[in-house]
Amino acid sequence: MTYIYYPGCSLESSAKAYDLSTRWVFENLGITLTELEDWNCCGATMYMSIKETISLVFSARNLALAERLNGEIVAPCSSCYTILNKTNKYLKENFILRAKVNQSLRRDGLTYHLQVKVRHPLDVLVNDIGIDTIASRAKRSLTGLKIAQYYGCQIVRPEGIFDDPENPTTMDELFRALGATNVYFPVKVRCCGGMLMTTFPEVALKLNKDILECAVANNADCLVTTCPLCQINLEAYQKKINKKFKTNFKIPVLFFTQLLAYTLGCSPKEAAFDQNLVPIPEKILGGSL
Amino acid sequence: MPPKVSQEWGIKNKKESDLRADFLYQVANIPGGEKIKKCIQCGTCTGSCPVSYTMDIMPREIIALFRAGLIESILHSRTIWICASCYACTVRCPAGIKVTDILYALKRMAMEKGLFPKRFPIFILSKSFVYLINLFGRSYEPGLLILYYLRTNPLKLFSLMPLAFKLFRKGRLALLPKSIKKRKELSAILAEAEVMEMIVPERPYLQAIPKGPVPGFIRPS
Repeated sequence: MTYIYYPGCSLESSAKAYDLSTRWVFENLGITLTELEDWNCCGATMYMSIKETISLVFSARNLALAERLNGEIVAPCSSCYTILNKTNKYLKENFILRAKVNQSLRRDGLTYHLQVKVRHPLDVLVNDIGIDTIASRAKRSLTGLKIAQYYGCQIVRPEGIFDDPENPTTMDELFRALGATNVYFPVKVRCCGGMLMTTFPEVALKLNKDILECAVANNADCLVTTCPLCQINLEAYQKKINKKFKTNFKIPVLFFTQLLAYTLGCSPKEAAFDQNLVPIPEKILGGSL
Repeated sequence: MPPKVSQEWGIKNKKESDLRADFLYQVANIPGGEKIKKCIQCGTCTGSCPVSYTMDIMPREIIALFRAGLIESILHSRTIWICASCYACTVRCPAGIKVTDILYALKRMAMEKGLFPKRFPIFILSKSFVYLINLFGRSYEPGLLILYYLRTNPLKLFSLMPLAFKLFRKGRLALLPKSIKKRKELSAILAEAEVMEMIVPERPYLQAIPKGPVPGFIRPS
């Protein structure tokens, strides 16, 4: 079984740290990720709200390209993960849309036969590799670190493929096995507003304030997330939130692979900690090697 | 004399009946879309929505308005644009209604018919996004934001500069867009998809509705 890596557009720019650390983790656990040749944007939520068929064609092109390689797609970005899964579902259940999409793809000699499974790195790490294997390879311990596990929306919803849509625990279990403490964090799947930060900032700022407030009130040292958009919303807008709501947030927001890579023994540079806007506290950096 | 009953149930005028046909076609494309019939108006969708407090029409009311034959008023609402598609409503709906996907369908209809204020933010953001990914095959974040703010509020670009600079210094801002290699082939695919998008069955649902008075509306003699 090969894993075909589909990074997605944001992992090429604003979430570069997610890309670097995901590759590092998989490489060090001895799993080869082959990047999908000439992948294109999945269409995200925005294309879906303009044209239905064309947006499905966009994401199906990636699936058709991956089908030739006979493997499973690993998509770290939550939005890509949902959209690719959604495309699979739409094409499976609606033969007219499937015919339309394949008719379009044939222009470049592609067809899609619904044979590609789309996975999230968290799913692969926990369910294929196993928490025990990962814990046995850990070089550093996270003992004493209090984490707020923020899953975001689109990794568990709408389908809840590998975890519960209301109360996912995969990431909690993973980091508990590595020695961390998970704080009480009831907003773990609450929406951060996504692109509303650009279009209706006043709404999105409040949503982000609620999430940060919950993490800080429960004494978390950092937030750990799986989504590039959540990460940038929660981290880059803390100053704006502080100004608007008279709060005092300065809490680091990490991708789960960054923290995982660091626990597995990479250097802070390889975990791309230098790309975080909020400095990484000594409590994380000082983990015993 | 029996009372006069409209030929199409619950529909008042031509515009509304066209919108209804369009809407039903869009809903039929959603896997599980037919569950919209089973709405019990419990309001779980409204209660689950993290942004319902800023909506003018609640998600529950959308289905009620559709039933009442008032789709046009839904298309004019702020609600469909506020939805950030977190799928909380879809997951919790006891009838299994795909609320988020239904909102997507309504967004597409409103955009097609131009039923929103001028310089409406989400419309412009989506259009800019579509323009960029049709061109490069991949999204380009700085370009997207520049296009968006140029068309909505150019002055805001200056207030974003500090954040952009910070991201750039951290290596998180791509200066140039990355393009896919097969751009020509992609545009051929898109041209064909554009044609496919336009193939729509001719009002299939209204034809299925029986003509004549609604059964039970007239007292049997």
